[in-house]
Amino acid sequence: MSSDRFNPVQRLLHWVMAICILSMLFIGVGFASTITPKYIPLVATHKTLGMAILVLALIRLGVRLRYGAPPLPADLPEPMRLAAILSHYLLYALMIAMPLLGWGMLSAADYPVVLYGNIRLPQILPLNDTLHTVLWNAHFYLAFAFYALILLHIAAALFHGLVRRDGVFESMAGVSPATKVAPAE
Amino acid sequence: MARPSLLPDNRSLGSLVLIAAVIAVAAGAFAYTAGWLSPGRITPDKLVAALAPPGGPALGYRRNHAKGICFTGEFEANNNGTELSAAQVFARGQYPALGRFNLGTADPNAPDSTVRVRGMGLQITTPNGEVWRAAMIDPPFFPVSTPQAFYDLLEALGSKAPDAMKVFIAAHPEFAAFGAWAQSAPWTASFAEDRFNSLDAFIFVNPSGVEHAVRWSLLPQAQVIPMTQSDLAKLGPDHLEPEITERVAKAPQRWTMILTVADPADPTSDPSKAWPANRRTVTAGTLVVQRIENERDGPCRDINFDPTVLPTGIHVSDDPFPAARSAAYAHSYDLRTAEVRDYPYHLATSTGAKP
Repeated sequence: MSSDRFNPVQRLLHWVMAICILSMLFIGVGFASTITPKYIPLVATHKTLGMAILVLALIRLGVRLRYGAPPLPADLPEPMRLAAILSHYLLYALMIAMPLLGWGMLSAADYPVVLYGNIRLPQILPLNDTLHTVLWNAHFYLAFAFYALILLHIAAALFHGLVRRDGVFESMAGVSPATKVAPAE
Repeated sequence: MARPSLLPDNRSLGSLVLIAAVIAVAAGAFAYTAGWLSPGRITPDKLVAALAPPGGPALGYRRNHAKGICFTGEFEANNNGTELSAAQVFARGQYPALGRFNLGTADPNAPDSTVRVRGMGLQITTPNGEVWRAAMIDPPFFPVSTPQAFYDLLEALGSKAPDAMKVFIAAHPEFAAFGAWAQSAPWTASFAEDRFNSLDAFIFVNPSGVEHAVRWSLLPQAQVIPMTQSDLAKLGPDHLEPEITERVAKAPQRWTMILTVADPADPTSDPSKAWPANRRTVTAGTLVVQRIENERDGPCRDINFDPTVLPTGIHVSDDPFPAARSAAYAHSYDLRTAEVRDYPYHLATSTGAKP
């Protein structure tokens, strides 16, 4: 593959999941702060979208392991290089962990997990209040950490695109595969 | 490609400002959605906090209907309900039931005769894996029309202003009917003699896809012996739990499930408005309570009787309460399950029920 850009499948997955995950985080804090009738569809959407994100994240992880990522610019300062690599590990970990924590937390409270389309998920953990509390806290606090990490990710992407102009932003942002950016060398 | 310089030039400075603005807007939108910028929004946290008595909530307990006892048994469906709903729970058969008799108070130690509203939490599970949960109470209608009004009622009850309740009643005339019921309705000395009502309207969808608005009730089959509040007080502060334990130990106790079907013009969004008494009813089956277990180690303690946990064939209507209750119950559940250490496992039970 050409080494300066993520391949089209990776870019498609990235942007679809970007919309899903941002929606997910806003729906999460939204339903948790309302008692109006929209609470019910928000919760149902949160569960359904969460499972969709889990499936997409696992596919994406496989694609990433198979195709890798374009190399970072050679002149990228070491702290930024480290931040870039570490933040990607964290983003993947959260994309996969958050839906599992949510599913586990509902299971540990013996709530039926019903998605749109009347898809009923199995209970993955036994009813246990201590377990529920641990998972609930993890799901809650990691959601804010996730959003903070996404803001950092966006800030870094814009920094690459607008300030450093080093091709990192274009490695994911370009839509048409025909639009070739100048190679890093 | 431009080499990045160590000192930002004007264009880079503009870009940095733009980046900061994007992040600030994104953070602000998140904070707004989370309600942090809207102090007037009624959140589940505020609604649950408003339920707490002046001394604070009883840690480890449900934030309302805190005093209660578990039961198990079964629901015997007679097939009549299938006319109204495709839910398997109405198809002829016997389905495991789990529930909780309770008193509508935030104080788990409140004397029985001081609590006007009694409730029943119920869960029925069917072989197809579907679960129906309900939380019913014994008044024939709800005290107020909307969740906002319920919050206002809690605020008024907790207010130190001398005329807070007067102001509330003036703004919510529907509350007078509840006041009249609370004053005049007879009391009973047993959960087995109480009628429990959904009050909220739900949409039942039958196998042909036809929808009806339905409210349901569980009517006691035990003989009802009406009594006064002072007669109940003479039986002691903790009469109801040992009473139901002994009664069920002698013989299973039964309630008849009645589905009441709305006429098209009946209000479905306001549980403070009872439907006319001549509405069509369908007798769907019998709840048989076979065993009582202390809440302390009983099967109902860690169950949230969320009224929006519904099988296929039942869904919420335009009644705004089930959503508000679902949000508040979940928050109450999250709080109390995090307070396990505060739940008094060490105390002797008042009922002597065998687990």
